[in-house]
Amino acid sequence: MEASEIPALPRGVRLHFDKIRDTWVLLAPERAVTLDAVGLAILSEVDGTRPFGEITRTLAERYNAPEDQIAKDSSGFLDALRDRRFLDILP
Amino acid sequence: MTLAPPPIAMLAELTHRCPLACPYCSNPVKLARQDTELNKETWISAFQQAAALGVLQLHLSGGEPASRRDLTELVTAARAAGLYTNLITSGIGLSERRLADLNQAGLDHIQLSLQGTDAAMADEIGGYRGGFERKMQVAAWIADIGFPLTLNTVLHRRNLHQLPRAIEIAQEMSARRIEVATVQFHGWALRNRDALMPTREQAAETTRVVTEARARLRGKLVIDYVPADYHEEFPKRCMGGWGTTGLNIAPDGQVLPCHAAQTIPHLTFDRIQDKPLAEIWHRSDAFNAYRGTDWMAEPCKSCDRKTVDFGGCRCQALALTGDASATDPACSKSPHHASMQAQAADHAAQVNAALTYRIAPGKPVPAQGKR
Ligand code: SF4
Ligand code: SF4
Repeated sequence: MEASEIPALPRGVRLHFDKIRDTWVLLAPERAVTLDAVGLAILSEVDGTRPFGEITRTLAERYNAPEDQIAKDSSGFLDALRDRRFLDILP
Repeated sequence: MTLAPPPIAMLAELTHRCPLACPYCSNPVKLARQDTELNKETWISAFQQAAALGVLQLHLSGGEPASRRDLTELVTAARAAGLYTNLITSGIGLSERRLADLNQAGLDHIQLSLQGTDAAMADEIGGYRGGFERKMQVAAWIADIGFPLTLNTVLHRRNLHQLPRAIEIAQEMSARRIEVATVQFHGWALRNRDALMPTREQAAETTRVVTEARARLRGKLVIDYVPADYHEEFPKRCMGGWGTTGLNIAPDGQVLPCHAAQTIPHLTFDRIQDKPLAEIWHRSDAFNAYRGTDWMAEPCKSCDRKTVDFGGCRCQALALTGDASATDPACSKSPHHASMQAQAADHAAQVNAALTYRIAPGKPVPAQGKR
């Protein structure tokens, strides 16, 4: 994922707190993806307006971690979601 | 005894009624009559109990779920219960108005079935003239509203050559995903093995088309593929493992570990109107019958794949070996594997076999076809 790309959750893909298993999940067609703390932190920033670069900068500041490391970790996660059509890139 | 993990998905077969008559319909040969169908209140209670038990995904299916007049209210209730709500439909019975109502109700996703890629094929397989044209109209409405869409194709000897076109149609409909499912021989399909069994060459060609399309359409169209298991080395893990992941509720309220479980004669099924869903999931004999690996015999018992595929499909084991706890004969380690493959080749060679259509609930069941 490029720093200038704007990720968005498409219709039919949403975050959900699973009370029974006490965890956040991403609900999508035929899938429920269990989210760890990092996955949840990234997806919570995905709002369909801010580019990926801005999201990683925000997370780097909040967690006091190197920005390129965060970009590397979250890029793979978001690309995998994109391959499943669970994430759109806005034009 | 430790409790089984809670289920993730529930398939609600709202009705067995359907305007179509697909010869591979997975509904049981003995269909539930309309007057035995659960009422709206019982379904709503089932949805709430499912959510409380841990179900995240609800699939509203049938038969044709649009044959239920209270479909929109059921979707509203499912969303209110916190469930991700998916409608599995042939499209017949959905008007533009009804789709708008379902949109209002919060329906998350639609799976639209495709019987063939042109009217001649689709209407012959579905046994319903005009069905294809209507379905294309419904697909256009679905796209206008913007529902996330999966196109469901069931492929068999008669229509496997249409797969490349089906993949194009999915893109034309703006579907995000296509399910390419080779027919599974349960329910009505078991009576149509002569007419529907793919050849070995077709099965191989399908895998090739899917592999090529997956690479070409990566990130654009997701392709989920169910290969012809008669031609594979190992069986599929059915329902993610018996009593581990999902459950079905039949139109009359019987709670089933899988849609074909009623074919296993020694199992009895509790009904949602008689017992709490959690109790049925955790304690009923039917759910515990093939949970885990204790029930297994050889060769599964000492096989290192036993927690990978759980010995395959119980209903297929029963249908082909007479023993529901046998190794699925789709497995190359099964002593019945060679004879199953020979049978499959024999079925596939019946080029002139006619289709036996499924019937409407309450109508007399046709005698098992002979040849
Ligand atoms: S498989 Fe065909 S006949 Fe059976 S429920 Fe689906 S559309 Fe109806
Ligand atoms: S022997 Fe049983 S467990 Fe092993 S691969 Fe075959 S079906 Fe699966």
